[in-house]
Amino acid sequence: MFNDLVSQFWPSTIDGLALGSIYALIALGYTMVYGVLRLINFAHSEVFMIGTFGALLTLNILGVTGPVSGLTFVGVLFLIAAGAMIASGGTAVLLELVAYRRLRKKGASRLAFLISAIGASLFLQELFALVVIPEGFDRPQAGRIQVPVPALMEKEPLFSIGDAVVRNDKLLVFVGAIVMMIVLDLIVNRTRIGRGIRATAQNPESAVLMGVNIDRVVLMTFLIGGAMAGIAAALYVVEFENTQFFVGFLLGIKAFTAAVMGGIGNLRGALVGGLALGLIEAYGTSMLGSEWQHVIAFSILVLVLMFRPTGILGESLQQARA
Amino acid sequence: MRRNIFRLGGALALGTALSLGLAACGGGSGDGSSGGGEAAGTVKVGFLGALTGENAGIAIPPHNGAKLAFDEYNKTNPKTKIEYVPYDSQGLPEQATPLATKAVREDKIVAMVGPAFSGESKNVGPILEEAKVPSVSASATAVDLAQQGWKYWHRVVANDGAQGPAAAEFLTRAMKAKKIFIVDDSQEYSAGLADAVDATLKGKATVNRDKVDQQGSDYASTVNKIKAFNPDAVFFGGYYAQAGRLLKQLRQADVQAPFMSGDGSLDAGLIEGAGEANATDTYIACPCVLGSASDDPEVKDFAQRYKAAFNADAQIYATEGYDAATAIIDAIKAGNTDAEKINEFLKTYSKKGVSKDIKFAPNGELSTSSIFVYAVKGKDYTLLGDSKTASVQ
Repeated sequence: MFNDLVSQFWPSTIDGLALGSIYALIALGYTMVYGVLRLINFAHSEVFMIGTFGALLTLNILGVTGPVSGLTFVGVLFLIAAGAMIASGGTAVLLELVAYRRLRKKGASRLAFLISAIGASLFLQELFALVVIPEGFDRPQAGRIQVPVPALMEKEPLFSIGDAVVRNDKLLVFVGAIVMMIVLDLIVNRTRIGRGIRATAQNPESAVLMGVNIDRVVLMTFLIGGAMAGIAAALYVVEFENTQFFVGFLLGIKAFTAAVMGGIGNLRGALVGGLALGLIEAYGTSMLGSEWQHVIAFSILVLVLMFRPTGILGESLQQARA
Repeated sequence: MRRNIFRLGGALALGTALSLGLAACGGGSGDGSSGGGEAAGTVKVGFLGALTGENAGIAIPPHNGAKLAFDEYNKTNPKTKIEYVPYDSQGLPEQATPLATKAVREDKIVAMVGPAFSGESKNVGPILEEAKVPSVSASATAVDLAQQGWKYWHRVVANDGAQGPAAAEFLTRAMKAKKIFIVDDSQEYSAGLADAVDATLKGKATVNRDKVDQQGSDYASTVNKIKAFNPDAVFFGGYYAQAGRLLKQLRQADVQAPFMSGDGSLDAGLIEGAGEANATDTYIACPCVLGSASDDPEVKDFAQRYKAAFNADAQIYATEGYDAATAIIDAIKAGNTDAEKINEFLKTYSKKGVSKDIKFAPNGELSTSSIFVYAVKGKDYTLLGDSKTASVQ
């Protein structure tokens, strides 16, 4: 058992970091919306799902059917990321406008938001399974079946750490996620809209008195969180080369777990939680077998929350100082 | 949990759609006779299986095969016509149960082709047994289905107990594999098949095992284990969607060992999912006779009729679906129009079907069973032959 862990330590680390990066990017959407609105946006998993289809649609429009290299690859990667961000960000904004805004104005209870979120999630899943995938992606009768995405890069080993080879795609996912995290951190801490987000998170009433346009801030929160899910979606299709109408379900739950583990409402906590969850799963499965993946992830979550109820980093967006 | 909710929603919607559709059919084809199965000269035969859903690729061909048989029969203008009623279970036991109840209570079917999958068969079996309605499955292969003491249950394929050992024997004999890694996705069918292969390999090869998550997309930890084990061959127990995902990630991690799987993976979806370049050196054991990959003239003729009717290749279990329906048709042709009599007729049935000789043992199994091995070639499968004699080119 421990032999397995030792012999597969480095391969597991690499896989854990790559998957954890995707968890972290999705976790940002949960954590930002929670930080500002104290609302768990359960439809965020569909924001991610629609991002993967945005990326696929971009690939179809570009006519890319096989691996590309060099500058073309950078260009295509940039474009599918943009496509996915538009799809995801747009979906997140629509969710706020259609599913949440009126509830907020009427001062509805938390449960109303929750049901609205679950309803929106089901609606979007079925919309894709029944209409969008069969019609829009030319797969009649196959809306619920996995959709293959053309390979975008030749997956080749770059270098080795210990006995593990680091492949270019895994490195891309990891680096891509870290870069986006830094960009987001800068946006929230350095820009005007970032200050608005933090102010609203700390105290909505005071923020309004100080001249912050709450509706605009909330909309931007959804947009940024959605865009991050879009980046995750683009990296996901490059790495796994497939998608499906419920692709967001399991990843969404894991990302939500990561957000809670890192400290929900805390942006850096999402990164820490995502990477920690990815690593825990990778190490745990190499020791106990892949069928234990979810058991391990959630046992660790319970343990963390027992000793640190606010998550690993704890401090939330509300308390973050300007 | 959320998935279950939407599935329930789907079932309700589907049920409504189905009953509406049925009502429409009854009004149209009843020739003025008040709707329902009582109309003289028409009996209803059902089909139960995943007509939509992730693994529908395995249930649609037998459904089409059965439909072809019933359509051809109805065209001969027989004394007793057959109304064919498909029920879409999405392969989920919890959806199959209410559908089966509806089929026997409301629609009063006299026989059923299916259930398509093993999991749903286990839940539906007792319902059909209680209602005394015979079923002939074209694709459910779990071993223990024949051990339930069911008197109305039959199938026209060999079970996993035959499939597993045949696959294991092929791995050691034809591929000369000494180190074999077995993966399954923890479903009833998948684990059963993997266990059967594992048990047969005892003492003949070094075996290591792991499981993957049916809904997961990242199989990296399993891939790492396989890479570290460095096997001569990898066997996967499960369905094509997961098989394709695993195969792709294996090849991307530069594991080039031959890949073998069972009937659940025999679908073009495996090649599509893994990518054509990654699906080389891939073999599938199956108790089925694949219409599109056979040279037998009778099978070829069937494959052509099938293609003309559905504009699709006769995929997995299409021939078996046709044979299952033919057995029921022959019973009705012989003047047996109620469920009990059809079941009696099936006990003594013996005829050469398109796929193989159809003759049932008392427990509902075929009395003789053979397993065939297919290899991936380009975008398609080719038949290598009977597993006992086939060889890798």
